[in-house]
Amino acid sequence: MKVRQISIFMENRAGRLSEVMQLVGDSGVNIRALSLADTSDFGILRLIVNDVDKALGALRKAGHTVSVTDVVAVEVPDRPGGLAGILVPLSADGVNVEYMYAFVEKATDKAVVIFRFEDADAALKTLKTVGISVLSAETVASL
Amino acid sequence: MIFSEKYECMDRKELKRLQGERLRDAARRAYENVPFYRKKFDECGVKPEHIQSLDDIVKLPFTVKDDFRQTYPFGLFAVPQREIVRVHASSGTTGKPTVVGYTREDIGIWAETSARTLACGGGTAEDVLQVAYGYGLFTGGLGLHYGGERLGAMVIPMSGGNSMKQLMLMQDFGTTLLACTPSYSLQLAEEAAAEGFDIKKTKLKAGFFGAEPWTEAMRSQIEQRLPVKAIDIYGLSEVTGPGVASECLEQHGLHVFEDHYYPEVINPSTGEPVAPGERGELVFTCLTKQAIPLIRYRTRDLTTLDETLCPCGRTSRRMARVTGRTDDMLIIRGVNVFPSQIETVLMKIDGVEPHYLIVVDKSGVLDELEIKVEVSENLFSDEVKKLEALRRRIFEELRSVLSVSPKISLVEPKSIERSVGKAKRVIDRRDLK
Amino acid sequence: MMNQASTVNYWDSAHECMPVAELRELQLERLQKTVKTLWNKVPYYRQKMKALGVTPSDIRSLQDVQKLPFTTKEDLRLSYPYQAFAVPMEKVVRIHASSGTTGKSTVVGYTRRDMDNWSDLVARFLVAGGLTSQDIVHIAFGYGLFTGGFGLHYGAEKVGASVIPVSSGRSERQIQIMQDFGSTALVCTPSYAIYLAEIMQNMGVKASDLKLRLGFFGGEFWSHLMRKEIQEHLKIVATDNYGLSEVMGPGVSGECIQQEGMHIFEDHFLVELIDPSTGAPADPQKGGELVITTLTKEAIPVVRYRTRDLCAFLPNPCPCGRTFVRMSKISGRSDDMLIIRGVNVFPSQIEEVLLGIKGIMPHYQLVVSRDGALDNLEVHVEVSEGFFFDEMKKQQEFARAIEHKLENVVGVRARIKLVEPKTIERSEGKAKRVVDLRKLT
Repeated sequence: MKVRQISIFMENRAGRLSEVMQLVGDSGVNIRALSLADTSDFGILRLIVNDVDKALGALRKAGHTVSVTDVVAVEVPDRPGGLAGILVPLSADGVNVEYMYAFVEKATDKAVVIFRFEDADAALKTLKTVGISVLSAETVASL
Repeated sequence: MIFSEKYECMDRKELKRLQGERLRDAARRAYENVPFYRKKFDECGVKPEHIQSLDDIVKLPFTVKDDFRQTYPFGLFAVPQREIVRVHASSGTTGKPTVVGYTREDIGIWAETSARTLACGGGTAEDVLQVAYGYGLFTGGLGLHYGGERLGAMVIPMSGGNSMKQLMLMQDFGTTLLACTPSYSLQLAEEAAAEGFDIKKTKLKAGFFGAEPWTEAMRSQIEQRLPVKAIDIYGLSEVTGPGVASECLEQHGLHVFEDHYYPEVINPSTGEPVAPGERGELVFTCLTKQAIPLIRYRTRDLTTLDETLCPCGRTSRRMARVTGRTDDMLIIRGVNVFPSQIETVLMKIDGVEPHYLIVVDKSGVLDELEIKVEVSENLFSDEVKKLEALRRRIFEELRSVLSVSPKISLVEPKSIERSVGKAKRVIDRRDLK
Repeated sequence: MMNQASTVNYWDSAHECMPVAELRELQLERLQKTVKTLWNKVPYYRQKMKALGVTPSDIRSLQDVQKLPFTTKEDLRLSYPYQAFAVPMEKVVRIHASSGTTGKSTVVGYTRRDMDNWSDLVARFLVAGGLTSQDIVHIAFGYGLFTGGFGLHYGAEKVGASVIPVSSGRSERQIQIMQDFGSTALVCTPSYAIYLAEIMQNMGVKASDLKLRLGFFGGEFWSHLMRKEIQEHLKIVATDNYGLSEVMGPGVSGECIQQEGMHIFEDHFLVELIDPSTGAPADPQKGGELVITTLTKEAIPVVRYRTRDLCAFLPNPCPCGRTFVRMSKISGRSDDMLIIRGVNVFPSQIEEVLLGIKGIMPHYQLVVSRDGALDNLEVHVEVSEGFFFDEMKKQQEFARAIEHKLENVVGVRARIKLVEPKTIERSEGKAKRVVDLRKLT
């Protein structure tokens, strides 16, 4: 139930982000979600796309440093405390979140949260136990 | 080998007489040449002529670390500057360091007692001494260095860090004596193991470990991992530096080189001498030091003094391993750190709340100092780089003042537990008992 | 030891002002002895001599030194650990080493007499630059295996001055100490002196608040312009000194207060200037690479050591009365060595560190600049997939690991800048390794 996420190493300089976006767009890949983390020197751009291999091919061909990481996509119930309902059991089981970011699903207006866990398998186990649904890669790609 | 048998094995009565004579001279020099001491003596109503024998020492006033600050930088010096050939310093409780000076004669005596230390652990002129204590104003490096030189050994002045090079030279130049903090010796063993280097096959035979508290458990760990007799050594810059006391190969208490540094043990709250063999605060008087005739210096270290004779033949009294402090000083990787120094730095930096927590722990074998700092609401920026810059600044300033590299963790406002009354600023997770 | 008759102070006037003819005789005698020792005690050097068909008896004049084979840093490195030693190890009382990765540094040793000579020679240039036993000498060079700190420490101790072994770093504290302890002489690299002047300005400390009167600077190249700046800002007399651990350490030569060239202590060192590409003698006034033969060194005697430092010899004797030849300031190097904050750095050392981190060689570039007074080393590292981690903290840890290792191994603090692939300029497919933006002349 893991989703493949593409990470791209980027220097912090003007125009760099738009160049990458252009490149992905030109390859005919759709971006489902993205997040950008930065320090003073460099940033890491993380993308969830509908065609991982195609995007990777295009990025690598253009000489970018990329990597693929397994992340977990979880649909968050649309009510107050929805996200907390997911995080509480995870923290109770000692599962550490490395980072996360969210986007809103077009059709249902529900939020989807992408998690990078220190231990994805342990996280999936916890989520399954408490009955929280995890989105498959296909589902995410087709959103 | 006993380096200066004449003094180290002196008949106890004879030694006491010599100490009495030297004390008389030290008290006179302090009174006549140091206005600070003259005032202090006068306040206690004591004159140099009241000091006739060793037993009169209790009439003399104590010296405390703060007296160094009050007289900063050279107010305790008893000789003109032209006679000073060396200055060292250690951390003070606040901004100003504790400054000590040495005449040429003092350097000679220091080198000698440091050579005695090395000889106590079996060192001779044929040995190769690797000094992995830091050099500079800190007395550790240069103290052992001059001791090794006096002993006639080959000295490799490695200074701290760069473990691979330490190991390379240790092997290639056949180091037999290693001087460093006990925890660094374990780190060297670990790094050696990680590199597939068999440190057990080196020619090492003795390690001279001090500058930080350690335990018997650590000793057996060190002796298991390195082919050394682990010797506990003691010293502090106020008195001279390393070379105040050292274990011999019996490893049962540290021989105090008391013909130069006279020890007493007192009850820290009353200042009265404790009964023989009882635990208390260690106090030193420098009997021969010319630059600073230090009188009854309160070290804040807790120990006992053993008067029984040691099978090694040395007649000096032995102090037990230091087991604690009477103040809040921390020793991190051999460096003295006062929580007040950290507070002084933090309070100077904009954007830092006056709430912090000092956490000391071991990461592997090395001490780790973490400082959790609350960041002001308005500075809790969502831009990682601004926080990163603040973190770096706090890091740089603290490193500059403390000479240890702390880990700085910025935490959210109000996240450090508030306590009523005196805030708990320090959590020491190391097991030093 | 002071010369009472004139206002010029000497540490050892008998040698420093020796008539030239006598000096040459002494040099020849010592050269012959050194060559004989090497021949008898150092097999690798005997091999080298044999290969050129030269024996100790061929050395009949000082010019005959040219018949002898050169010694290079590589030779000393290959002879590690003991092959360059001419005495049994029991006679060695001290070990020093140049900076460098484990395989790359040169390790040198000293007998008790070598130590004594060394401190004596440092005392010579300290006194020549105006130091007396009344001075308080603030040593801001690093101690340890590096010869700078200890060389000056023992020299100043010999002169009888008060030595403050501050060691390097922590600049604000350095200034506080100078102010509080009344330091009268400063020992560090010239660029660090300028940096301290800047920090003083920020702290609101004026030169007149200090008692500094002398500065002894070495460890890196500096210009007359820099001297002017240092002297103006710190209100001191700044003299230059020279040395390298391979032949001893600081104390090979030093300026007197005339500040016109460094007197080479020729009774202990025989010097030549050569054309670095051919090895042939160069015109002393036009300059060339400095080549040094030690004349008194016992533990590791070195013949015709190629320093890679470029300089010239000054004609005419110095008005100070010292008869030794003077060398100009070092004007450059004949190899790719960089001097960063007084530390010798070879690009190959950095390569070794980078390679050691993950076993793969990234493309990198060293960018050296001068930020105010201080040298700044940036290492740009191209992030290829082998060095890329999705997590920010791992990526930062990677950069810090390199920083840490460089500081530990090479001895300089560098800033690691992670850059994207193919952004480092390449010439003929090979990345340009060094960009030096400093203006040093």
